[in-house]
Amino acid sequence: MSDVQNILLPEGSIEKKTITLNVGPTHPATHGVFQNIMEMDGERVMSSESTVGYIHRAFEKLAERRSLYQVTPITDRLNYCSSPINNIGWHLTCEKLLGIETPKRVDYLRVILMELARIADHLICNSILGVDAGAFSGFVYLMEYRELIYEIYEEICGSRLTTNIGRIGGFERNFTPAAWEKLERFLKEYPKALEEFENLFTRNRIFVDRTVGCGPISAERALNYGFTGPNLRAAGVDYDVRVHSPYSSYQDFDFIVPVGTTGDTYDRFLVRNVEMWQSLSIIEQAYQKIQNIKGAEAEVYHANVPAYYLPEKKDVYTSMEALIWHFKIIMGEIEMPKGEVYHSVEGANGELGFYFISDGGRTPYRLHFRRPCFIYYQAFEELVKGSMLSDAILVMSSLNLIAGELDA
Amino acid sequence: MSLTNEQIQNKLVEKFGEAVTNFTEPYGMLTFEAPKELNLKVLQFLFDDETLKFRFLTDLQAVHYPNDKGRELAVVYHLHNLVDNVRIRFKVFTDINKPDVYTATQLYATANWMERETYDFFGVNFVGHPNLKRILNVDEMDYFPLRKEFPLEDQTRIDKDDEMFGRGGSVN
Repeated sequence: MSDVQNILLPEGSIEKKTITLNVGPTHPATHGVFQNIMEMDGERVMSSESTVGYIHRAFEKLAERRSLYQVTPITDRLNYCSSPINNIGWHLTCEKLLGIETPKRVDYLRVILMELARIADHLICNSILGVDAGAFSGFVYLMEYRELIYEIYEEICGSRLTTNIGRIGGFERNFTPAAWEKLERFLKEYPKALEEFENLFTRNRIFVDRTVGCGPISAERALNYGFTGPNLRAAGVDYDVRVHSPYSSYQDFDFIVPVGTTGDTYDRFLVRNVEMWQSLSIIEQAYQKIQNIKGAEAEVYHANVPAYYLPEKKDVYTSMEALIWHFKIIMGEIEMPKGEVYHSVEGANGELGFYFISDGGRTPYRLHFRRPCFIYYQAFEELVKGSMLSDAILVMSSLNLIAGELDA
Repeated sequence: MSLTNEQIQNKLVEKFGEAVTNFTEPYGMLTFEAPKELNLKVLQFLFDDETLKFRFLTDLQAVHYPNDKGRELAVVYHLHNLVDNVRIRFKVFTDINKPDVYTATQLYATANWMERETYDFFGVNFVGHPNLKRILNVDEMDYFPLRKEFPLEDQTRIDKDDEMFGRGGSVN
């Protein structure tokens, strides 16, 4: 390259040798509304500053004026790729505060839903990782099954994305025969699709070359950064809330917690894939356990807690007593113990925690969501510093960043 | 052998004596508080001690108690010992007029954004934080929205007053 400047610019008008590049707030690669201001030297990322908060909706403030059931729809909108986990996590927190024990069958039904949600979340993350790496077809293979999972949700609660599923103590209705039918179809067909998906990627030379060593993190750094979920396990730490602090009878299930070694994009991909297989196995076990429940318990779908569990709609329309209870529960006029409780569930991308302080009033005095995504996203700069821009895109994709959860 | 709440409490009392107070166990989680000047010393001790090993900062946030004069803001740390699988909750209280608390960012990289969020919503000034600016709200905002004095709804509304529900008092 010659020294002669071929653009007619005044001398000294070029101030710096690096380029500032905005990835986001709306960029196809961010899959959500957040911004990365990257300082680029050619194709290399010199530094990256993340700006979040574009869809901040003040959930914690809102929750301070809402009764327990009115908070559930808020939790939908955290990680909206796996809403049932958030909903059930919130109900479990309330149950812990209120001291409610749920029947085994309810626990197993919840496990089925939560694992379906985990699969829905992981399959999106992994197949979109493929899309970002330039391989579109894997996405098409799996997307069909997210649709099927959403149909199962629909059979159970009537909605698909923001599910608002369940009640304190269980579910509003039993799983319908159509829901079971769809679940059976899912269990039968999904393994084949997942196997095909894995065949496309796991040993694919281009994909492996693209992702191995891309955005690695050591176990120590990952822990220091508060990583949880598949991202932490990819770095080699076998921390899983389902195993460490079992909730909803997870101790009854037999499953392995996959771990990676290097914490790079490829390991994160593999960990998520294995987790999908494990989730399938958990769903099958739960299905069997539910089939084995006989007698009167086989129809149980909620705990017997009339003070917190909304009465059935047909009773609300016809009986005065039910109408009163419906009103009282919705308005939060229930016995709320004073106290503070922290409960966490294994969300699709990490430990989703609820810190709930009750002063005995109608609404939470303070409710804080521990959002895994928000916590590990701050490591992004460290992960991509010095790497190529195209690798940074893959790292972002493999971290499974959900804007709703980032911003709360 | 796994760690019990009693052992943790004894260790802390042995090290800090009278300074650590208010040991309770709501829903099984050991909760205690310390003066805010000691927060880093306590966190460091919990981190370094070979039996305690609280090396994972699960969560950090604040709570506002407007009626508690002189200790209106509580900064709450949730710590996790991943080896023995024990969680504890550690609180420091601060005056709202001088909400200075030492930052934990040197110990935990993850405290960076958590503290920024806490600053953003409660105005807790984390002394020594490398980049203490708003994170979720707009930079121009000149108040701290999660403090209790900011009502969520129009306070002239009477249809949602707690009086209607037999609890009395005004709405927060």
